[in-house]
Amino acid sequence: MTDAVEVRDVVVRYGDTTAVDGVSLTVPRGRVLSLLGHNGAGKTSLLQVCEGFRRADGGTARVLGLDPVGDHDALMPRLGIMLQSGGVYPWATAGEILRLFASFAAAPLDVEMLLDRLGLRKFERTRWRRLSGGEQQRLSLAVALVGRPELVFLDEPTAGMDTEARHTTWRLIEELRADGVSVLLTTHLLDEAERLADEVVIMRSGVVAATGTPAELTAAAGIDLLEVRADPGLVPDSRLADLKVTETTPGEYAIAGALDAAVISDVLGWFAAKDAQVTAVNTRRRTLEDVYLALTTGEKTKVSR
Amino acid sequence: MSTLTWGVSRGHVELLQFFRDRTAVVFTFAFPGMLLLLFGTIFQDSYDQPGVSASHVFSASMIAYGILATAFVTMGAGLAMDREDGTLKRLHGTPISATSYVLGKLFLVLVLSVVETIVLIALGAVVFGMSLPDASHWLTFAWVFLLSITACSLLGMAVSAIVKHARTAGAILNVPVVALQFISGVFIYPVTQLPSWLINVAAIFPVKWMAQGFRYVFLPDGMRINEAAGQWELGRVALVLGAWCVIGLVLCLVTFRWTRPDR
Repeated sequence: MTDAVEVRDVVVRYGDTTAVDGVSLTVPRGRVLSLLGHNGAGKTSLLQVCEGFRRADGGTARVLGLDPVGDHDALMPRLGIMLQSGGVYPWATAGEILRLFASFAAAPLDVEMLLDRLGLRKFERTRWRRLSGGEQQRLSLAVALVGRPELVFLDEPTAGMDTEARHTTWRLIEELRADGVSVLLTTHLLDEAERLADEVVIMRSGVVAATGTPAELTAAAGIDLLEVRADPGLVPDSRLADLKVTETTPGEYAIAGALDAAVISDVLGWFAAKDAQVTAVNTRRRTLEDVYLALTTGEKTKVSR
Repeated sequence: MSTLTWGVSRGHVELLQFFRDRTAVVFTFAFPGMLLLLFGTIFQDSYDQPGVSASHVFSASMIAYGILATAFVTMGAGLAMDREDGTLKRLHGTPISATSYVLGKLFLVLVLSVVETIVLIALGAVVFGMSLPDASHWLTFAWVFLLSITACSLLGMAVSAIVKHARTAGAILNVPVVALQFISGVFIYPVTQLPSWLINVAAIFPVKWMAQGFRYVFLPDGMRINEAAGQWELGRVALVLGAWCVIGLVLCLVTFRWTRPDR
C-alpha cells in the first residue's frame, strides 16, 4: 500500500518570500506525524500543498497515492481537513454546521455521537459567531472527522482549547490512530507532539531542521544533564576534564557530557573528594523542548536582524 | 449523494443564515420597495393610455431593480465574503463540487428574488392599484424572471472575482447597478428622453431588457410606444438575456477561484 502522504522536495513561494524550501517527509499509513515549528516556519503552507489548496512551486506531493490538486474530487471523500481558522457560516448553529458537513459524506459518523464526544451538545443551538475560540476549534475538528476520513490534516488542532478539551482531542486522535487513520498535524506544543506523534518533523524557516521519533530526538548523544547542589565555589579539575561543568548559580552545578553510570559515580566521587556537602542530585533527560529550542532559536535572531 | 442534494442542503443553510441576519433582510427587501413608493408618489406623469400612471410603470420596472439587487449584489458580495473568510476554502476541502456550491447560492438567490418580486408586485397592486395581468402574460413573466436571475447571478459571481476585499464588494457591485437603472428606463421613463447613444449603450446590458420584459407583462399593450423601439421586442429580450447567461457562465468558469490569490 502507498504511504498516506509522500512529500518530496516541496517548495512554496509567496512572491519573493520562500515559505517552504525543499521539504521531504512521509506519513506511513496509520501513523501520526507531527510538524513542529514556530509561527511562520512553513507548516501551514506545506499542509496547504498536501490538502490541494495550492500547487507546490517545486517538488511533488502525493496523498493516498494521488495528486492533491489534479485528483481533488477522488481524494476529498477520503480526507478530513481541519483548517486553522474561519470558514464557517457565522449565523448557522453548531448542530446545523456539523449536519451540513455530514451530508457531504457517503457514510458519515453519527452526528449525535460526535456532538457528545466533543462536548458540543450544549452548543448545538448556538450560532458559530457566539462560540468561543476553543468551542469553534472543537466544532472544526468534528467537521474534519465526520466523513470517516482515511487521512486527516489537523492544523494546530488544540489551539485555544482549555485543558479538558485538549485532552479529549488527544484521546480522539489516539483513537483515530488505533482505527488505522493516518494523521498529519501541526503544532507548536511540545507535549502534544511528544504524546501523539510516531514521528516528529521540526521545521525552521521553511526547511526540515530535524526529524525522528520523539525518543530519537531526545536521546541523541551527550545530552543528558546532571545537576548537583553542593558548596559554592568548587573549581573542577582534570578529573572532570571530559565533562562540561558550569556553576549556574552559586552552589548549583550543571554537568553535561557523556554521562553513563560510571561517569556519574566519578562526578559524585569528585564532590566527595572535595569534602563537599552534597544536598541534591538530579539527572535530567533532554526533553523535546530542549531539542526544539536548540534547533529553532537561530530563527529568532534571523528574524530580528 | 449527488451534486443537487448537496446544493440543496447548502442552500438550506444559506437561507437560515440570510434570514437570521436581520439587517440584511431589512435592507434587501425594504430598499427597492421604498424606492418604488418614493418614485410612485413623486412622479405623477400620465400617458395617453387610460388607467396607466407613472406608479404602475415604476412597479413593473422596479422588479428588474429588485432582481438586480438580490441576484447580482447578493451573489457577488456573498461569494466575495465566502472567499475572504475561508468558507469557500473549507468547502473545497470536502467532497462537494463547485457546482454544488453555486447551486446552493442560486437556491438562496431564487428564494430572495421571488420574495422581493412578490413584495414589489404587492406594493404596486395594493398601494398604486396596478392591475394584475392574465395567464399568458404570467408565462412571459416566468421566463423573463428566470433568465434575469440566472444572468444577474452569474454576472455577480464573475464580478466578485475582481473584488479584492469583501467589505468593498457592496460598493463595487452597486456602481453598475445604479448606473444601469438610470440609463435602462427604470428610474427614467420613457427611456426616449435620453440621448440616443446612451440608449444604445443601455441596450448592450441586460437591465434594459429585463425592465422592458416586465413592463410588457404588467402594462397595457398600447404602452409599447414608449419603448426605445416602439415595440416590446420579446424575441430580443430573450436573445439578449440568454446571451448574457452564456457570457456570465463563461466568465464564471474562467474566473472562479476557491481561495484568494494571495493565500
